[in-house]
Amino acid sequence: MAYSAPDSADKALRMAMELDVFVGNTTIMDEEVYQLWLDGYTVTDAVSMRVRSGILEQWGACQAVLESDTTDHYRTFQMAERLLHCPSKLANQLLFQIPPQRQAMLIERYYAFDPAFVRELLGKKLSKGTKKDLDDVSTKTGVTLKSCRRQFDNFKRVFKVVEEMKGPLVENIKQHFLLSDRLARDYGAIVFFANIRFETGKKKLQYLNFEDFAFCAGQLIQNWTVGAVDSMVEDMDVDLDKEFLQDLKELKILITDKDMLDQHKSLVCTALRGKIQVFAEMEANFKNLSRALVNIAAKLMHTKDVRDFFIDLVEKFIEPCRSDRWVLCDVKAFLTQYMNSARALDAFKQQAIWERYMTVIRSCILKMYHE
Amino acid sequence: MPGKLKVRIVAGRHLPVMDRASDLTDAFVEVKFGNTTFKTDVYPKSLNPQWNSEWFKFEVDDEDLQDEPLQITVLDHDTYSANDAIGKVYIDIDPLLSSEAATVISGWFPIYDTIHGIRGEINVLVKVDLFNDLNRFRQSSCGVKFFCTTSIPRCYRAVIVHGFVEELVVNEDPEYQWIDRIRTPRASNEARQRLISLMSGELQRKIGLKVLEMGGNAVVGYLQCFDLEGESGLVVRAIGTACTLDKLSNPSAALLPACNSPSKDMKEAPFSEDPNPNTHSSGPSTPLKNQTYSFSPSKSYSRQSSSSDTDLSLTPKTAFFPLGPRIFLCPSSPTLSSDSPPHTNTIQLPLGSGTAHSYTPPQSGHANPVSLRKTVSFSEELLLAASGMGSGGSVGKEGGPLKTLLRQQTQSALEHREFPFFTLTCFPMGFLVHVGGVVSARSVKLLDRIHNPDEPETRDAWWEEIRQEIKSHAKALGCHAVVGYSETTSICEEVCILSASGTAAVLNPKFLQDGCLDSCSEHRLSRQPTFFSTGSEKGEFDIFLQSKDSSSMLGLEEPSPPSCGFCHIPYDELNMPFPAHLTYCFNCRRQKVPDVLFTTMDLPLEAAVTGKGCLIQARLCRLKKKAQGEANATAISNLLPFMEYELHTQLMNKLKLRGMNALFGLRIQISVGENMLVGLASATGVYLTALPTPGGIQIAGKTPSDISYEQHISNMQKKINETIAKNKELYEIIPPKLFTMDPEVSAFKGTNTESIDEMIGSPIPEPRQRSRLFRSHSESSDEVSELDLSHGKKDAFVLEIDDADAVEDIHSLLTDAPLPTGFYSCNTEIMPGIYNWTSGVQMFTSVRVFRLNNTNLTNQGLNKIFNDLCENLLKSLYFKLRSMIPCCLCHVNFAVAVPEDELIQVAVTAVAMTFDKDQAQENLKLYVDKTLMKVITENEEQLQFPLELCSDSQSGNPFSPIKGTGLQENAGMHIVPSAQRATSVDYSSFADRCSTWIELIKLKAQTIRRGSIKTTSSLEKASPVSEGHSRLRSTTSNTGCTVAVVKMTPLSFIPGAKIIKYLGIINMFFIRETTSLREEGGVSGFLHAFIAEVFAMVRAHVAALGGNAVVSYIMKECVFMENPNKNQAQCLINVSGDAVIFVRECDLEALPVQPQTSAAQTSSSGGEVPA
Repeated sequence: MAYSAPDSADKALRMAMELDVFVGNTTIMDEEVYQLWLDGYTVTDAVSMRVRSGILEQWGACQAVLESDTTDHYRTFQMAERLLHCPSKLANQLLFQIPPQRQAMLIERYYAFDPAFVRELLGKKLSKGTKKDLDDVSTKTGVTLKSCRRQFDNFKRVFKVVEEMKGPLVENIKQHFLLSDRLARDYGAIVFFANIRFETGKKKLQYLNFEDFAFCAGQLIQNWTVGAVDSMVEDMDVDLDKEFLQDLKELKILITDKDMLDQHKSLVCTALRGKIQVFAEMEANFKNLSRALVNIAAKLMHTKDVRDFFIDLVEKFIEPCRSDRWVLCDVKAFLTQYMNSARALDAFKQQAIWERYMTVIRSCILKMYHE
Repeated sequence: MPGKLKVRIVAGRHLPVMDRASDLTDAFVEVKFGNTTFKTDVYPKSLNPQWNSEWFKFEVDDEDLQDEPLQITVLDHDTYSANDAIGKVYIDIDPLLSSEAATVISGWFPIYDTIHGIRGEINVLVKVDLFNDLNRFRQSSCGVKFFCTTSIPRCYRAVIVHGFVEELVVNEDPEYQWIDRIRTPRASNEARQRLISLMSGELQRKIGLKVLEMGGNAVVGYLQCFDLEGESGLVVRAIGTACTLDKLSNPSAALLPACNSPSKDMKEAPFSEDPNPNTHSSGPSTPLKNQTYSFSPSKSYSRQSSSSDTDLSLTPKTAFFPLGPRIFLCPSSPTLSSDSPPHTNTIQLPLGSGTAHSYTPPQSGHANPVSLRKTVSFSEELLLAASGMGSGGSVGKEGGPLKTLLRQQTQSALEHREFPFFTLTCFPMGFLVHVGGVVSARSVKLLDRIHNPDEPETRDAWWEEIRQEIKSHAKALGCHAVVGYSETTSICEEVCILSASGTAAVLNPKFLQDGCLDSCSEHRLSRQPTFFSTGSEKGEFDIFLQSKDSSSMLGLEEPSPPSCGFCHIPYDELNMPFPAHLTYCFNCRRQKVPDVLFTTMDLPLEAAVTGKGCLIQARLCRLKKKAQGEANATAISNLLPFMEYELHTQLMNKLKLRGMNALFGLRIQISVGENMLVGLASATGVYLTALPTPGGIQIAGKTPSDISYEQHISNMQKKINETIAKNKELYEIIPPKLFTMDPEVSAFKGTNTESIDEMIGSPIPEPRQRSRLFRSHSESSDEVSELDLSHGKKDAFVLEIDDADAVEDIHSLLTDAPLPTGFYSCNTEIMPGIYNWTSGVQMFTSVRVFRLNNTNLTNQGLNKIFNDLCENLLKSLYFKLRSMIPCCLCHVNFAVAVPEDELIQVAVTAVAMTFDKDQAQENLKLYVDKTLMKVITENEEQLQFPLELCSDSQSGNPFSPIKGTGLQENAGMHIVPSAQRATSVDYSSFADRCSTWIELIKLKAQTIRRGSIKTTSSLEKASPVSEGHSRLRSTTSNTGCTVAVVKMTPLSFIPGAKIIKYLGIINMFFIRETTSLREEGGVSGFLHAFIAEVFAMVRAHVAALGGNAVVSYIMKECVFMENPNKNQAQCLINVSGDAVIFVRECDLEALPVQPQTSAAQTSSSGGEVPA
C-alpha cells in the first residue's frame, strides 16, 4: 500500500520512456519554448526555467509532462529549422500546417538577434574564422554559443543571398526572408557593415550600440551607394558609390582656400551667435572642426579609410566637441548651419556633393553624439 | 466499363540535391499504371523542374482502375550510372470513378521515399474518362461510394440500409519472401506498399460488388484493416454497412443508384441458397446456424404466422393492447391494411443492458484448422452477477406482444441476412429502437501459412465463427441486430487474437427495406396495389411499415420518446438473459430500463442526458509465461476471460465513482505480447436521465480483525464518497435524491415548469422531476409508488476487499487524475452536455513506447506502470492543448500494442475542440433546443424522401416552422415536444393523390411522424455545392505558392461548418525505414517526422481532390519496430478517412443560390482543369 512519491514515480517513468511524440495536424508551437530553444538552452535548462516560471502550479502539471512537452517542441523546431533557413519555403511546404501569422512569428523570431551579440560582430568578416571565435563572443555577451551560432549563420545566410542581388538591399532582404520592415533594415545594416567591414570594435567606439550603427548604415545606404542615385542600376546597394567617393576630394577646397574657410566661418558664426551655449568654443574651434570633416571626406576614396569612417568621426569631431561640453542641440545647430552656409559661398561649386556628403555626416554625428 | 486514365506531370519543387558537384538535380518522372509506363523528359539542373508534360493516356479496364494505384516515380537522370530514384507518389484513382465524388485530381503531392521520407513535391493532374458499359457480369463496382464515417454521411439520405458487407484478401508478405534477402530495404518496402495498395483496391472492388448485388450504392462505416501475420502472410480485410444513399442536393435522382443494376440483382445471389426457412425459430437458447432465408413468399408467410410461437415471444398480454399485433403479420390479406390501420400500438419495447462475451480457445493443430474448434463460452451473465450489477428484475406487464410484433418485423427485415450487423455507431432518428447491451467475442488462433492466396477460406471461417457467436449473443439479449460493430486482431508471433464487438439492438425495420422510406412518394403509391395483390415479400415489408407507422401515429399510444426509448429493455423481463436490476424508465415511466447500460455506439443525439460525460478507461496488464505454439495459445485463452472480467469490474467501479450509469463507445482492446497481455477498455460515461441513479460504492472489508484495519476501511470509504460527490459536481450531475428528500421542492419545480420541451432544455434535467411531470400529463398516478419503491430498493455497489488485489484496485480507482479545469474528454463523437462548439479543431496523434527495465515485475507493478503510462499521456495532452481551453478532447482513441518483449506502446489519436463556456452556462437550454432541432432536421434531411410538398399545395395550411403546438392540434393526436417537431408540414397537397381516405390518414401520420420538411430549403442549402467546389478548386490547384489548409478530424463533422460534398475515401498505407536512427533524432525523431509526413500526405491528397478537410480520420495501424544496436528502425502506418469539402456556416449564407448543375457531371466533362 506504500505508494512512492509522485515525483520519483515520474522520474522512473521518464527514464524508461523509449519514445514519446506528439504530432498535431496544425503544428503546435509554444512561443515561450520557441524562445528558449532560440536562446540555445538545452532541454534540461529549458525545463528548469519553465518550472521556475510557475507553469507547473498554473496547470497542475508534473515535471515529466513539462519535460515531454519541451522535448517535443524542441524536436519540432529542429525539424522546422531547415525550412526557416529559406523562409519562403515555409509558406509552401507541406510537412507542417502552420497558420500564416504563426509562420511570420516563427521567421521573425528566428531571425531576431541579440543586440549585444550583433554589436560584437558588426563589421567583421562573416568567415569561418569569425565563427570559430564565437565562443569568446558567447562568454563576453552572455549569449549561449548555440544561439551565437544561429545568429551568425543567419547573418551569413542573408549576406550570401543578397550580396549578388540587384536592386534595393533592404527590399531584397524583406522579400527573400519575409522579414518585417524593421528587422530587414537591421539586416541591411549588418550586411552593409560586413561587406564594407567598417571598424566598430575599437575602444573609442564601444559606447555606440547597434542601433546607432544601424541608423548610420541606413543613412549611408540611402545616400552614398549607387542604388541611392539610381535604383535600376546594375550594381547594388551593398557598395558605396566609387565615383562619389572620388568626387569628395574636391571638397578640400573648403579648407585649403583660406578665404573660403574664413567666409564659411563667419557665416556660421553670424547665424549661430546667441543661439548656442558653446558659441565661444565653437568659434575657436571652427577651423579644426571644418578641417576634420572635410578631411574625412577627402580620405574616403581609400578603402582602409572608409573602414575607419566611424573612428574618424568620433576622434576628429565628436570627442573634441564632447570635451568642450557641447550639448546635442548645439551640435545639431552647428552642423545644420555649417552645411547650409556652404551654399552661400560663391566660389564653392561642389554643392551637390557637399549636400550628399553632409546630410549623412550630420545625421550620423547627431546619432552618435551621446551626451 | 473500360476507361481512359489521363495523367499530366506539371512541375516539381523543393527537390533534393542529387548531384553533389552542381548542387542540382536532373529530374524526370516515370508514370506507371498497371504494366504501362510513360516517361517525361529530363529537366536538367534544377531543383524546381517544370516538365509540363503532355497527357499520358492509359486505356484500362475499370477493374484495374479500382485495383491499381497510379504510381509516379521521380528520378534523377545519371548519364553514367543507374538513375537514382528520388521518391514516389501513389495516387488512388477511386474517387474519380464515382460521379458524385471528385472529378479531377490536381495538386502538389509530397514525393515520398521509404528511406528518406518526403523529398520535395510534384504537381500532377489526373483525370478519368469512363465509358458506359452495362455488362452484367462485370467484375468491377465503379460508382459505389465508400465512407469511413460511421453514420449516414451529412448531405446524404439513407433510402435503405442493406446491412453488413465483409471481405478479406490474403497474400504473401513481400517482406518475408525469399527475394527479400537480396533486395534493398527500399525495394522491399515499396513492394509491400504497392501490394497493400493493390490488395485494398481489390478488396474495395469486391465489397463494392457485394453492395451492388444487394442493391445498394454505398458503403458506410467502411473499416479496412491489415493483419501482418509475418511468415504466414498478409491479410487485408474490411467490413462495412451497405446502404442506398440519396444525395440531398439532388432530389430528382432516381431512387435506384445510377451505376447499379435494378433490384432484380438483389433477389438473386445472397438469399437463394438456404433451404431451411425455419431456422429463425431457434431462440436465444439454441444459438445458431447460418440464418439465411429463401425468399419465396409462401415460406416467409408461414414463418411470419408461426413466429409468435418462438421462444422469444411471450404470451401476449392483450389487455393492454386492444388489437393483437398479428393482424399485421398477414400480408396475404390486402384489405386488412386499409381496414384497420390505426390500431396497432406503438412499438415501444423494453430494453436493458447486458453484455455477452465469448472466448474461443485456440484451435488445436495445424492440420485442420477449421473443424478442430471447440468453444468455451464464457458468458457475461457471470460477470454481471459477480460484479453485483443487479439482483433480479421487477415484473412488468406490457411489452410482450409488442415485442413479438417488433421482433417479427425486425426479423423479417433482418433474418434473411446472415449477419444483421451494422458498423454504424450513430443512426438516423427512429432507426434504433432499443439497445440490449454490448456483445463481444474473442478467439485465439494459431497462424498457419496461407497456402493459396486465392482462397482465404481459413481466415474467412475464423471470422465467420466469431460473427456467429456475436449473433447468438445478440439473440440472447432479445435483439436481432448488432450495431456499432467492429473487428480487430492482435498478433504476436504465430498467435492471433481475433476480437469482435458490437451492441445488440432492436432496429426499426422500415429503414432496412427497399421502398420503405419513401412511402409517401408517388412512385411508392403507384406500386402499392401490385404489392398487395401479389403479396411479394417486398409488399409484405411495406405493409409492416405502413401499419406500424400509421399505428404509431394514429394509434392510442404515443411512441417511446426518442430521448429514452432506446434505453428500454428489448429482452423479456420474465425471461431475462442475465440477472439485472430493472426499474421503470425515469424519463417516460412506461417501460423498464436496466440500471446500467453499456454500448459500443455513439450516444444518440436525442438521448436525454444529465450533466456532462467523461472518458472512462480500464487498464490492465497480465504477465504470461513465454511459450510456443499451442501451449502459448492455450495460456492466452485461459487468461482472456479473467482480463475481460477485471476490465469490466474496473469500468463499473469507475463509472459508479463518477456517479454515472451508462457507457457509450465502449472499446475493449486486448493486445498480446510475448510475455504479457495488455487490456485497455475506453468508453464515455454518461448519466442517462432515463436510467436510475447509480448507488454509491460501498467497501466491505473481510471479517473485522483489528481497529486500525477498520479505520483504514472507513477512511477509504470516506475518500470514495468524497470523490463521488466531487465528480458529480464536476460533471454537473445533480443527484435526484436531493429532490426526493424534499418533495416540496420538486413539486414546486414541477408546477413551475410548464411544458415538456422546457424540461428538455432545462440545464439539469432531473429524473424525478421529469417523471412527476409526465405523470401529470399521463394521469396515471398509480405507478408512482412502484417507482419510488424501485428507487428505494436501490443498493449501493459493494466492493469487497478480501485481498491485496482489491485494495490495489481501489487505490487505482482513486488515483485517476482529475481533469484540469476547462477540459473534458470523451471517446465518442461529441461530448454529451456540450452543445456550443466553436470552430477550433486540433487533431493530433501521440505515441509513447515504454520500456520495462525491471525484469521481475509482478502483475501489480505492471499494472501500475501501464496505468501511469496512460494517465501521464492524458496529462501531457491536456497540458499541450491548454491554449484551447475551454475545450474537449473528443473521440479519444487509444491503441495499445506490445511490439517487443519489454515494450508497451500506446498510440492516441483524438481531436481537441473548443466550445463556448460562457454561453454554455447561460444559454444551455437554448442550445439544447437548437441542437435537438438541428439533429432532427438533419436526420429528417437524411431520411426524408424529398417531397414537393409546397410546390403543388392548394390552399393549404402551411405551418410556420416553430408552431409545434399548432401541429399537434391539427393532427389531433400525438403529443410531442414542440422542439422536436419544429419542421413545417403541409399535407393538404396529398389529398389529390390519395385515392382513399385511409391512405390520406396514413400519409398524414407519416408526415407528422417524420416531420417532413419543405424540400425547397434543403435544395437551397445544397445548391452551393458546385459553387463552393469550383471556388475551392481554383484556390487550391492553381495558385501553387500557398498551401491550402486541410482540416483533419476523427469526427464525422466539422463544428460550425457544413459538409457540402464527399470526395472519396482516403486509405493510405506507408512504410518508413531508417538505417541512421541516431542521426534522425533517435526513435522519437524518426517517428515524429514520419507521423508528420503521413499527415502531410493525407492533406496533400485531400487538397488535390479539391477538398479542405478529412472527416472520420483514423490511424488504424502504427507498427513500430526498432533495432537501436543496428541504428535501424521501421514503422508502418495505415490511415483512412473521408475527404470532404466543407463551407463555414456563415459563408454558406453568403453564397448565392445557383441552379444545381447536373450531378452526373463526370470527369469526362472536366473543363476547368488548370493548365
